[in-house]
Amino acid sequence: METVTLTIKSQPVLFLEADNITPDVFAGKSAADIASLHAYEGRDQITLGKYFDVAGKAGATAADTKIVVKGDVSRVKYIGMKMSAGEILVEKSADMYVGGWMQGGKLTVKGNVDAFAGLGMQNGELIIEGNAGNYLGAAYRGDWRGMQAGVIRVKGNAGSDIGTFMNGGTIIVEGNVDVHVGTHAEGGKIIVKGNGKSKIGGQMVEGEIYVFGTIDVMMPGYKYIEDVDLEVDGVKGKFALYHGDLGERHPKRKGQIVYGKLYQKI
Amino acid sequence: MSEYLIKNGFVFDPVQGIKGDKADIAVKDGKIVKSSEISSKAKTIDAKGKSVMAGAVEIHAHIAGPKVNEGRNYRPEEKLFGYTPKKTGSRMAGGFSIPTTFKTGYEYARMGYTTAMEAAMPPLYARHVHEEIKDTPIIDEGAYPVFGNNWFVLEYLKNKEIENVAAYIAWLLTETKGYAVKIVNPGGTEAWGWGLNCISIHDPVPYFDVTPAQIVQGLLEANEYLGLPHSIHVHTNNLGNPGNYETTLDTFKLAEGYKAKNKFGREQVLHHTHVQFHSYGGDNWGNFESKSKEIMEYVNKHDNITIDLGQVTLDETTTMTADGPFEHHLTELNHLKWANVDVELETAAGIVPYIYSPNIKVCGIQWAIGLELALLAKDPMRTFITTDHPNAGPFTRYPRVMKWLMSEKARKDQIDAFKYSDKVVAATHLASLDRELTMYELAQMTRAGPAKALGLAHLYGGLKPGMDADIAIYDLNPEKPATPDEIEAAFSRARYVMKSGTPVVVDGEIVSHGNKRTLWVNAKVNENPQVVRDIKDKFLRYYSVNQANYKVANHFVPNPYIIEVDATQ
Ligand SMILES: [Zn+2]
Repeated sequence: METVTLTIKSQPVLFLEADNITPDVFAGKSAADIASLHAYEGRDQITLGKYFDVAGKAGATAADTKIVVKGDVSRVKYIGMKMSAGEILVEKSADMYVGGWMQGGKLTVKGNVDAFAGLGMQNGELIIEGNAGNYLGAAYRGDWRGMQAGVIRVKGNAGSDIGTFMNGGTIIVEGNVDVHVGTHAEGGKIIVKGNGKSKIGGQMVEGEIYVFGTIDVMMPGYKYIEDVDLEVDGVKGKFALYHGDLGERHPKRKGQIVYGKLYQKI
Repeated sequence: MSEYLIKNGFVFDPVQGIKGDKADIAVKDGKIVKSSEISSKAKTIDAKGKSVMAGAVEIHAHIAGPKVNEGRNYRPEEKLFGYTPKKTGSRMAGGFSIPTTFKTGYEYARMGYTTAMEAAMPPLYARHVHEEIKDTPIIDEGAYPVFGNNWFVLEYLKNKEIENVAAYIAWLLTETKGYAVKIVNPGGTEAWGWGLNCISIHDPVPYFDVTPAQIVQGLLEANEYLGLPHSIHVHTNNLGNPGNYETTLDTFKLAEGYKAKNKFGREQVLHHTHVQFHSYGGDNWGNFESKSKEIMEYVNKHDNITIDLGQVTLDETTTMTADGPFEHHLTELNHLKWANVDVELETAAGIVPYIYSPNIKVCGIQWAIGLELALLAKDPMRTFITTDHPNAGPFTRYPRVMKWLMSEKARKDQIDAFKYSDKVVAATHLASLDRELTMYELAQMTRAGPAKALGLAHLYGGLKPGMDADIAIYDLNPEKPATPDEIEAAFSRARYVMKSGTPVVVDGEIVSHGNKRTLWVNAKVNENPQVVRDIKDKFLRYYSVNQANYKVANHFVPNPYIIEVDATQ
């Protein structure tokens, strides 16, 4: 695997839209080729070379390409957008849409990310070692196709509206989350190892949500079923199982009505 | 204005009966003229090895107005990755099934379409429709106000007052700058206001106590009483349901015995739109099947009817119709987002995204039915290509529809690509149809036919001297067989398009916004104090706006083409 290193030289005045920073676009390109790829700063089209020193070279394919992003890129959006393979390591914090519509490969951010990380994610592995913003693994505005598959792991906290319209895959937040979790979900698994607030699983048709800590306000559309012993992300314990959202339609499978499942650790 | 001579092309013109002969087309001051009438200064355009046709005419699409715009508003996801930036000759454009107004004009023009009709204008929101029409470059447009659930019409028809209906139609067309009488789910949309529907043409409308059959027949009689350029334009009851072909045939039969009365050369008294959605057999989605043969057998035998296809294109699209109850039915089926609105005394509308997937049996059958209608048509002058944009697919897929109609191989390739091809074949007739439409038949179905049905044969659809210089040149050489993909590519990007004598597309790119016109019908009737009083009364009692604020003022329509109709005799 070949490695390309991008080091930010100066902070853009406006936020930089850099959806070309992916192993797929970099594949087969030299450092000079990569430096001449375009990005947008406001309405101006600029080259990556304006803000980044580019070293190394890409592999022949996305799978053979690793990108290391050095320096503070908290004013850079869309890193790893639609990436299908290979690896990206962001050493500090990044802005919005990290790994948006990601299809494969591994993307790690050592710092924090802003909103819309893993938006509409189709597959792959997204690891945020700091905190994530709102709409993590959610669907784009208007779309009903949120996260489909893959794994998102946040070692810190996450914001509101995570997993909106989620259809598959797993989101693990090791810290706390803000309001609205798994809204409209029709599949997938969300694990919150810290505390939740309110509106957890609102309008959820199908899928699983696990909360290890407290829930400030339980949705009225959830009904307690039973206590169950489970092992969730390596943690064994007793969980209270609720079915919901009872205000929403639910499909039938093999004669059984399928509900959204909310587990709270006891 | 300028002069042009389009030389050496293979010309396909049903108006003059030219079937691919080499001919020169001369243009002067926006009109087609005889070659002898232009000077030596005329600019020559070499069409050697290419096909030349009149600009195509869209008879039914939803491209302007509040319903279309609500589709744009509530589907931001559709235009996320699809924008093209502004270029020298064109503005930023985006959207797929619900493109921006600019993209709408550009895409029609690039395909060689030069006129398009907005198929459902809610009268109360006519100003919004005209604002969008004004912002849609290049193509001439008109809009059909909806009448089939209008309280005036329902009340007059209850008492069989055809003259009052005619006077009301004349008033509304003028007031809204509308083009034709559109009927959507007659009575059913009003019933939807009560949470009900009219499934057959004999289900009475709640409260008003008239039937869809009375509505369609009454509006047909009023339309012919007025002698409007277009006939009534019908989307009948029971759309989209298995077994609905009987409702469709019942609706067709309402036109029996009627002859067209107008001075525009129109011969049909009833145009039925998106017949694909109305040609279904079976009684559930399991035994759902094509009834295209039964439908086309009737259409072929009755020349006072015209139809358009509503061809499914196998895309993700956005359905939108004044058939409010149908859209509710659809959202219950696919669980996708739903918009619904009631338009006071006039109509309603609903919007639901829809994915016509090649992996779903029903979608494959729907796709086949649309093509069957065209391939079973004996008279291509009475069967027109549409996708009921965006309901069965976006209009930008016309080149693909043309490919399917012109190539048996292209159809077979698509059938083979279906997940349930055997089941699709078993439920349809398409696999046994080997007809391949000719360029001439295509010109009939997309140019001369719709122009005639709209009463616009004096302007559009042909290349005869005196007609508007709306001309498309395609990279198709009839002497060299084209592959299916070459057919699609050629119709997607015309080599050259002229609108009213102005070049608007050169080498597939937009070069001018042209000089688009809005077509509307100014119908005059004898003074009718009762209708005047009824209108005043309804505005005072029921409308949320004053009558004085209802009219579409002239500045909404800066470049009108007004068709005068005099029914005062
Ligand atoms: Zn329509």
